Amino acid sequence: MESLFDFSPLVQEFGTILTGFWSTIRLTLMSGLLALILGTILVAMRVSPTPVLRAAGTFYVNILRNTPLTLVLLLCALGLSDTLQLTLSSDSPTNYYWWAVLGLSAYTASFVCEALRAGMNTVPAGQAEAARAIGLTFLQSLRLVVLPQAFRSVIAPLGSILIALTKNTTIVIVAGYIEASAVMKQMFDDYGGTLPIFLGFAVGYMVLTLPTGFFFGWLAKRLAVSR
Amino acid sequence: MTENGDATPLVRVENVNKNFGALHVLKDINLTVTRGEVVVVIGPSGGGKSTLCRAINRLETIDSGTIVFDGKPLPAEGKALARLRSDVGMVFQSFNLFAHKTILENVTLGPTKVRGIPREQADKRGMELLERVGIDSQAEKYPAQLSGGQQQRTAIARALAMDPKMILFDEPTSALDPEMVQEVLDVMIGLARDGMTMVVVTHEMGFARRAANRVVFMSEGQIVEENTPDEFFTSPRTDRAKDFLSKILTH
Repeated sequence: MESLFDFSPLVQEFGTILTGFWSTIRLTLMSGLLALILGTILVAMRVSPTPVLRAAGTFYVNILRNTPLTLVLLLCALGLSDTLQLTLSSDSPTNYYWWAVLGLSAYTASFVCEALRAGMNTVPAGQAEAARAIGLTFLQSLRLVVLPQAFRSVIAPLGSILIALTKNTTIVIVAGYIEASAVMKQMFDDYGGTLPIFLGFAVGYMVLTLPTGFFFGWLAKRLAVSR
Repeated sequence: MTENGDATPLVRVENVNKNFGALHVLKDINLTVTRGEVVVVIGPSGGGKSTLCRAINRLETIDSGTIVFDGKPLPAEGKALARLRSDVGMVFQSFNLFAHKTILENVTLGPTKVRGIPREQADKRGMELLERVGIDSQAEKYPAQLSGGQQQRTAIARALAMDPKMILFDEPTSALDPEMVQEVLDVMIGLARDGMTMVVVTHEMGFARRAANRVVFMSEGQIVEENTPDEFFTSPRTDRAKDFLSKILTH
């Protein structure tokens, strides 16, 4: 019974736990960055004047957004990496890291794309018209006028996506890469599934996600475009 | 037709038709604008004035007919269309200044990104243009911090920064508070005096009288009457024009 209130495993394994959370941070930041880039490309495709690009963007988003992340990560780690032997690094943990990053960012990019598309709807049509009227091409008006304003209007939702991504990294456990939740599972196996261990990890994730939320909320206010 | 002699047409609109669904908004429109000419388009709301104005730089596509600008038919899309638009300034009813850019950046975006002019040079010229329209002291502010009249003058400076061959004005004073209308019209009258080719859709009859070479009266998608401002306002030939003028000039 006293093991339910025993915080000592958290102290004993503190180094391992920190390493686990460091892996979580690395997964989150790299995937977030790639998802942002890919999501931006996808939204450009979805609003482009070329029907083929529009269709491809729509297809991608609908497939990835509606597939469970577990399946995406299993496809990456088991399907592409193990079965098809598509290795991204000769070092096994590095290989699984990059496959996890690819899976997470491919999945998250569809949400980034849709958030940006919603943001573009907040940009008045006159902005794009004025951009075209001074002779900017489609890509220029997207890059210089529409997207910068779209980004600023969806900073808070992008923050939510980043928070979801941080917590989604726990699913990487199925893809063979050790991050915080994998450390937690190992500790449950070693010490038993106790409340202190669970609480310790829950707090650990909040230490990452709460500031993210506050920061993005602050950023959204700061960068808001006044009309 | 114009005082400055060079009477080659800059814009030729021939047999242009456009429908918005069941609404036939441009009916067989023919219009020629010569270089240096100021053409004012007036008429009741929904008569197709704005659509015609926007069709000239293809912000609005047309269903049939041709529009020739500077000797060449309007390109349908892509780089050629962007190049054409860079030569045709446009001033909108709702200003449409880039909300996330400063006043000076609004004016220099086109020159730097479309014309490839170095930033320093574009800034210098941008400041000159802002001075010309009287808002150089606001250069570092954002559009939302300016009054409507100041925003519209910025929009005119933004159009001028491209050294356009003509400027289209789509009801440039309709969204302004009454006390700000004159400051914008003054800038436009200055441009007209300097020989800028202008097509102006407006309800400002005073501007038409003072600055226009020609008044085009549009109603129900057709050009009903074309005349000099004096002739048009003193002795309109058609009943529709008489009716329209009686409604706007009586009070």
